[in-house]
Amino acid sequence: MDGAGPTIAFWILAGLTLVSGGGVMLSRNLLHAVLFLIATFIGVAGFFVLLSADFIAMAQIIIYVGAISVLVLFAVLLTPRAGRDNGESEFAVTAVSLAVALAAVFIFVITDTSWSKVAADPALTARELGNALLTTWVLPFEIASVLLTAALVGAIMLARPPEEEAEDALA
Amino acid sequence: MSVGIEHFLIVGAILFCLGLAVALSKRNAIGVLMGVELMLNAVNLTLLTFSRFTVSARPVTGHAFVVFVITVAAAEAAVALALAVSVYRNRETVDVDRMNLLKS
Repeated sequence: MDGAGPTIAFWILAGLTLVSGGGVMLSRNLLHAVLFLIATFIGVAGFFVLLSADFIAMAQIIIYVGAISVLVLFAVLLTPRAGRDNGESEFAVTAVSLAVALAAVFIFVITDTSWSKVAADPALTARELGNALLTTWVLPFEIASVLLTAALVGAIMLARPPEEEAEDALA
Repeated sequence: MSVGIEHFLIVGAILFCLGLAVALSKRNAIGVLMGVELMLNAVNLTLLTFSRFTVSARPVTGHAFVVFVITVAAAEAAVALALAVSVYRNRETVDVDRMNLLKS
């Protein structure tokens, strides 16, 4: 990926994504952590545009920035007496050292491997993705829709108040 | 000036490890969930990087895989947050250290 434009875009997006990802880890207030998470999602969507995955970038904006972060905000606001604290448990040191060690291994492997690269951008369009989803991947596609329905019903069953369950049992 | 496959993969790896640290170390169950979402996003970034930069007979497969990962992530987020709300209703906490009903 040559040229000044993609390079500058890459470094800006890398800064945005990794700084706000660090903000999720470091911010003490849970609501601030959710806002940093939204910024990270937007940065990742920018990377998808840079990787010429335009449809996936739009899906990322709509699903992650639009739906999942609102869901997380709802969950934070529906648990008011649990506190807004975003603190660490007793395993914090172990977890962070494990993550740092894993990152070191990943970066070593990535820089050490000689990747077989393509020169040209494959330039996939939403039409090709749609064709692939409804021909080659039609069975996983349908299973995914069944999974979404099951998750929707399960989430409603889990989250509804106990009084309603009692009313349903009487009816 | 140019950026290559390594740059994107390193950003994906660092984002994944940040998500791992968040998921393993946070005390709030919703914080743990945010770490999982970060990890899923990093994996999507890596899949699309490979789809864009490496030689493949069908590069659209990587995109299709990312669509399924996003679908499963949405389902997982909905169920996990419903669980968090349900636990909060019963125990008035979403602190994973205090979810210890199974501990003798």
